[in-house]
Amino acid sequence: MATQHSRSAARMMMAPAVILLLGWMLVPLTMTLWFSFRKYLPLRGGDQGWVGFDNYVRFVSSSSFWPAVQTSLIIVGGVLVITVVFGILLALLLDQPMWGQGVVRILVIAPFFVMPTVSALVWKNIFMDPVNGLFAHLWKFFGATPVEWLSQASVQSIVMIVSWQWLPFATLILLTAVQSLDGEQLEASEMDGAKPLQRFFYIILPHLARAITIVVLIQTIFLLAIFAEIFVTTGGAFGTKTLSYLIFQRVLESQNIGLGSAGGIYAVILANIVAIFLMRIVGKNLDA
Amino acid sequence: MGQITLEKVTKSFGDVEVIPPLDLTIEDGEFAVFVGPSGCGKSTLLRLIAGLEDTTSGKIVIDGNDATEVPPAKRGLAMVFQSYALYPHMSVRKNIAFPMKMAGIDQAEQDSRIQQAAAALNLTDYLDRKPGQLSGGQRQRVAIGRAIVREPAAFLFDEPLSNLDAALRVGMRMEIGELHNKLETTMIYVTHDQVEAMTMADKIVVLRAGHIEQVGSPLDLYRAPRNLFVAGFIGSPTMNLIEGAEAAKHEATTIGIRPEHIDVSAEPGVWSGRVGVAEHLGSDTFFHIHDTGLAETLTVRAPGEVSFRHGDTIHLNPRADQIHRFDAEGLRMS
Amino acid sequence: MARSVTTNRKIINTAAAWAIGLLIFFPILWTILTSFKTEAQAINDPPIFLFFDWTLENYSVVQERSNYARFLWNSIFIAGGSTILGLIVAIPAAWSMAFVPSKRTKDILLWMLSTKMLPAVGVLYPIYLIFIKLGLLDSVVGLTVVLMLINLPIIVWMLYTYFREIPGEILEAARMDGASLRSEILYVLTPMAIPGIASTLLLNFILAWNEAFWTLNLTAAKAAPLTAFIASYSSPEGLFYAKLSAASTMAIAPILILGWFSQKQLVRGLTFGAVK
Repeated sequence: MATQHSRSAARMMMAPAVILLLGWMLVPLTMTLWFSFRKYLPLRGGDQGWVGFDNYVRFVSSSSFWPAVQTSLIIVGGVLVITVVFGILLALLLDQPMWGQGVVRILVIAPFFVMPTVSALVWKNIFMDPVNGLFAHLWKFFGATPVEWLSQASVQSIVMIVSWQWLPFATLILLTAVQSLDGEQLEASEMDGAKPLQRFFYIILPHLARAITIVVLIQTIFLLAIFAEIFVTTGGAFGTKTLSYLIFQRVLESQNIGLGSAGGIYAVILANIVAIFLMRIVGKNLDA
Repeated sequence: MGQITLEKVTKSFGDVEVIPPLDLTIEDGEFAVFVGPSGCGKSTLLRLIAGLEDTTSGKIVIDGNDATEVPPAKRGLAMVFQSYALYPHMSVRKNIAFPMKMAGIDQAEQDSRIQQAAAALNLTDYLDRKPGQLSGGQRQRVAIGRAIVREPAAFLFDEPLSNLDAALRVGMRMEIGELHNKLETTMIYVTHDQVEAMTMADKIVVLRAGHIEQVGSPLDLYRAPRNLFVAGFIGSPTMNLIEGAEAAKHEATTIGIRPEHIDVSAEPGVWSGRVGVAEHLGSDTFFHIHDTGLAETLTVRAPGEVSFRHGDTIHLNPRADQIHRFDAEGLRMS
Repeated sequence: MARSVTTNRKIINTAAAWAIGLLIFFPILWTILTSFKTEAQAINDPPIFLFFDWTLENYSVVQERSNYARFLWNSIFIAGGSTILGLIVAIPAAWSMAFVPSKRTKDILLWMLSTKMLPAVGVLYPIYLIFIKLGLLDSVVGLTVVLMLINLPIIVWMLYTYFREIPGEILEAARMDGASLRSEILYVLTPMAIPGIASTLLLNFILAWNEAFWTLNLTAAKAAPLTAFIASYSSPEGLFYAKLSAASTMAIAPILILGWFSQKQLVRGLTFGAVK
């Protein structure tokens, strides 16, 4: 539905966005790639020349590498599972007739507005502190020994904090999808003799497929990048070092740019694998 | 004023040729209707004239000027879309004023043209409403009003009535016809409905797969369809087509006879068959006749009062001077 | 047709939904309440819910300790600036994708989205170097540009999905009515897309407001927004719950209030335009 004229106009109008993003992607990435092949310690002698794949080998053979990959996957996967499952349940509940639906909806989406540094600090101190935290009080009230959340169950705690932040998003998208389900379809299935659980699995869940894909895609984008939640709570201690955080430490704390850059390239490759995988699904779903 | 000429115009989407080389002239002041089954390229042809699509090759001449490379905004044409395409965020008044605003016409002139158009289209009371608050017919009128005020060289209509219900459609058909009589501006009208084409057009362009099958006045097409496709497309109910021995009697591969050119009788006649479905319209009755040995079904029109029942034997007398003959290529034989 | 529901059923629904809603909201509520307590009451065992001596002292202490207004201004400038810049770049791009789609449109869109998956830490040091070279380190302008680039894919995507709901025929009608490309976008597309643009604006303002990797790593004293303001409370002040709560409340209040007033657009925006 277009003419040559409008197509060339379209290319012109797309150019700024494409060029900006291309520059934003390529320039720093090329630099990172360059650094990853060099021994570069800004505080200890600066750039000490070409070292080939040394940094890559060292980064992978470091004892922190595989645990960090594992932690990344656990955090991303854990949060995805929790938010999608509870999101669906919550969406189904909020779809039911009730009083004050609007207010409940505001209450549920509120955590999304809280900046990650704030939620991390509040959870860490006011709730999870083993002495004065609210959970500690609660545990003592029931006669139990307070849990040292961020050291004894550190990864789980972070998964919980991050899930709290992202549950609103999942719920809202899924709720919108649930509300768009044609009521007659459900009634037809009821006439066909489907029981509530069957209706859920055969009608509702397939209808939500697209919404779930969107939730997974967008959350993965943001979850791969979580930083403040770890930075503020454990600083990467107690097994909460994600791949991103490990690289951050190599670059900023040990000031080993070469090693950190090699890690960065690994992270980019990993992100690309995830991206290709996700884009495949989403690309298909976007057409539908 | 508004003569539009297409010279060897073609259009391809990728490798698919939608319009093979096509020549056509629409005279100034003419009401031309492009008609054909869906996918025949009639809308594409209209959009080529509008400038909303590029021609792949060939030339479009408007008023003697080559307009092939001219963007739609500068062609001086107005278009009424199937969905009306009203600007939902503007009042009726602003919708109608928009093309004039774009052309930089001064406010006083704008107001007077809006008043005129609104009066002509019965929209005066609705000028301050938004399109969302109007009925389908009113929206249609706003779309027409928006087209009129530009005083275009030609109006383009893309299936403008297909979203209206049947009763409104007949009314709007007449209104558009009257508008054309009053303005005497060239109009090009696209439809898949041959009744619309027959009732409104000065000139009908029958299209199939991007080809022009025939161009002519409604009665030309009715009386002398150039080939089997046009014969089958124009006229309602459609022409009966008979092949085989009966056609050979007329030295043709296929003969055609319209339902209204066959007389029925209870007495033995030229053909005979058994009555299948009878459609009683009151003024007329259409019989669908089986077992004639000529074709699967023959349709005939009889006066409303004639009564044959399902299963009755019926005799048919075609009027010899109304038999159309077609050769092996499906072309009309004179 | 909806079936009538028994009142009993509705009561159960309401109770369950409210209970869960309040549970999810509780950490925020508790933080706000704690900000009005004294330090002793804040860590009292058993916790005091409502019946404490309400005080504003924590707020004045926080304000004295660090200049809240400056952080607030930086946050507003960075979040607002990056969102508006992003919209200016994204509206034409989204117009192109939605109304003049080509075979590559979807690929470009997905590529844009995939740039958002690039790990920020991977490019932290290069960006740091570039910023030093350009003198942008610890400047609100530099941060505004970075956050614009970070959120640009999301802005383009959201606008694209909103624009696609607008029938192309209306834009073609504008073209037939003699509108130039500029008029078409300015007078027809933009007004029709106002709800979508508003949702996009709101959501991206919030995302930029809450962004905490680049804002923490590229700023020091001068350009630090509220994310950094609050991070400075991680220790040892984190043990002063009342003051931490006051600072937290101050950091999230603007967004909570904004969210409250623009609920409709926000709910629409939160779905990223992807689900109807």
